[in-house]
Amino acid sequence: MTASTISGKTAIVGIGETGWYRHGRSPKAEFVLALEAITRAADDAGLDVRDIDGIAGFAYDRNEPGRIANALGLPEIKFSNMHWGGGGGGGSAAIGNAAAAVAAGYANYVVVFRAIAQGQFRRLGQAMQQDVAHFPENPNTPGHSYAAPYGLFAPAHMFALRVRRFLYENDIGPDAQAAIALAAYHHAQQNPRALMHGRPITREQYDGSRWIVEPFRLFDCCQESDGAAAVIVTSTERARDLKQTPAFILGAAQGSGQRYGAALHNDSDYASANQRKVAERLYAMAGVEAKDVDVVQAYDHFTGGVIMSLVEHGFCRPDEVNSFCTFGNLSWPHGRLPLNTSGGNMAECYVHGFELITEAVRQIRGTSTCQVAGAGISLVASASMVNPTSSLILNR
Amino acid sequence: MTGASTPRGTYLPAGLPAPLPSADGLDAPFWSAAREHRLVVQRCNSCHTFQWTPEWICHRCHSYELGWEEVQPAGILYSWERVWNPSHEAVAPAVPYLIVLVELPQAGNIRMIGNLLGDPLQDVVIGSALEAEFEDHPGPEPYTLVQWKLPK
Repeated sequence: MTASTISGKTAIVGIGETGWYRHGRSPKAEFVLALEAITRAADDAGLDVRDIDGIAGFAYDRNEPGRIANALGLPEIKFSNMHWGGGGGGGSAAIGNAAAAVAAGYANYVVVFRAIAQGQFRRLGQAMQQDVAHFPENPNTPGHSYAAPYGLFAPAHMFALRVRRFLYENDIGPDAQAAIALAAYHHAQQNPRALMHGRPITREQYDGSRWIVEPFRLFDCCQESDGAAAVIVTSTERARDLKQTPAFILGAAQGSGQRYGAALHNDSDYASANQRKVAERLYAMAGVEAKDVDVVQAYDHFTGGVIMSLVEHGFCRPDEVNSFCTFGNLSWPHGRLPLNTSGGNMAECYVHGFELITEAVRQIRGTSTCQVAGAGISLVASASMVNPTSSLILNR
Repeated sequence: MTGASTPRGTYLPAGLPAPLPSADGLDAPFWSAAREHRLVVQRCNSCHTFQWTPEWICHRCHSYELGWEEVQPAGILYSWERVWNPSHEAVAPAVPYLIVLVELPQAGNIRMIGNLLGDPLQDVVIGSALEAEFEDHPGPEPYTLVQWKLPK
């Protein structure tokens, strides 16, 4: 069968990460973080960094491909791609875009990366003071006038309304959110790279943490970090000649359901991660189902969003959340579905979820600090509740 | 302190940005009507679908002929959140405060964001019937926000 698909045609062959820093604490310029992650990914793959001939990014990364290529003296660039929109929802899409370029013969070795050093620019989690004072920053983006004057202007505000409705419609109690936070922190204790390594939390500490915006407590929200991470995508043929165990790209999907999000909470499918259709196409491409997945990285901007990703990727029904989303089920090593096994955005670091992708690769390689025995199918769900979003399946 | 006890009688203090009618003129009628204490919603002249937030084209039938229809200033509480962390300096004195998403069945179930007046620590019940309250912000460039409250 020669169906048009990228499934099985490419693999991730190198991963690179900088150290992780709390937001604003990177001692290096953001561009240096990007270069480090990219060169480490090439080294990890056993490639010369000059073999890279394609660059893909997401979330309007500030570190443009032309500058990267020139800084590294890359001989030629054959693919330069920014995934359009969706912020942290675009990490898996950027991998898929790179895979498509390789499969289509555009380029041989595409690096996909994300580099953030917020202190050098502005904090993601705060209202953009300058923007809020002078909005609309982008006059082509309607809606700010209908939210900011009412005190709704930070990411947590935008997502809490939607999560609240989801919890209400499905009668979900507070234990599910707590389980997700506790699992992430538990996994970070095994991961010396994690910013929350050595800083475990108990249920009591979770319950006692201050409200940010109900239903999110402090420990329901991800960190803000500085750091960079990169992976290299190439063809399966070339992958087999390189030194690492390839993490084959079995499926990648991106997009959105109808009228999601853009109309300021006027979508008909409101209490949704916007991942139902993306997950359908992902599993169709990969030829697997949720029950085949051994380990999950689900973007944890907020614990509520993780629940919605798990439901829409078919890991449990909405009416099963209370019984399924437990520390027992989601924690390594004994859980049915180990989740965010390096600590996630919550407890490892927040590089817009790109560290979830490198962890998903480690699970395939067998090198995770919370290695799921025999992990063969490794799924990444990028940020829920954005338009567009994306997700990814890797296999061994 | 929130509620109608800010010196100006507004739910949130001064310092938040004023709503800015879109530079291309798209939603000027909404803000003019609000100043007159009327609630209007965009409605397609062709297929009569209500649409929010305003857009130049009807998302259902793709007509560019959209009007504005006055609707009863009432709605149903669809979702809510209580903000505790002041992520903008202007609201630092005002936390906690309540944001609600209000659905308007009389306007095709469009949903609007606003604040829920009254005790910021009140128990909030999804499904509650709400009435709009127009909150004037006087000044050199006056504007009016559409707030929400439980009927007496």
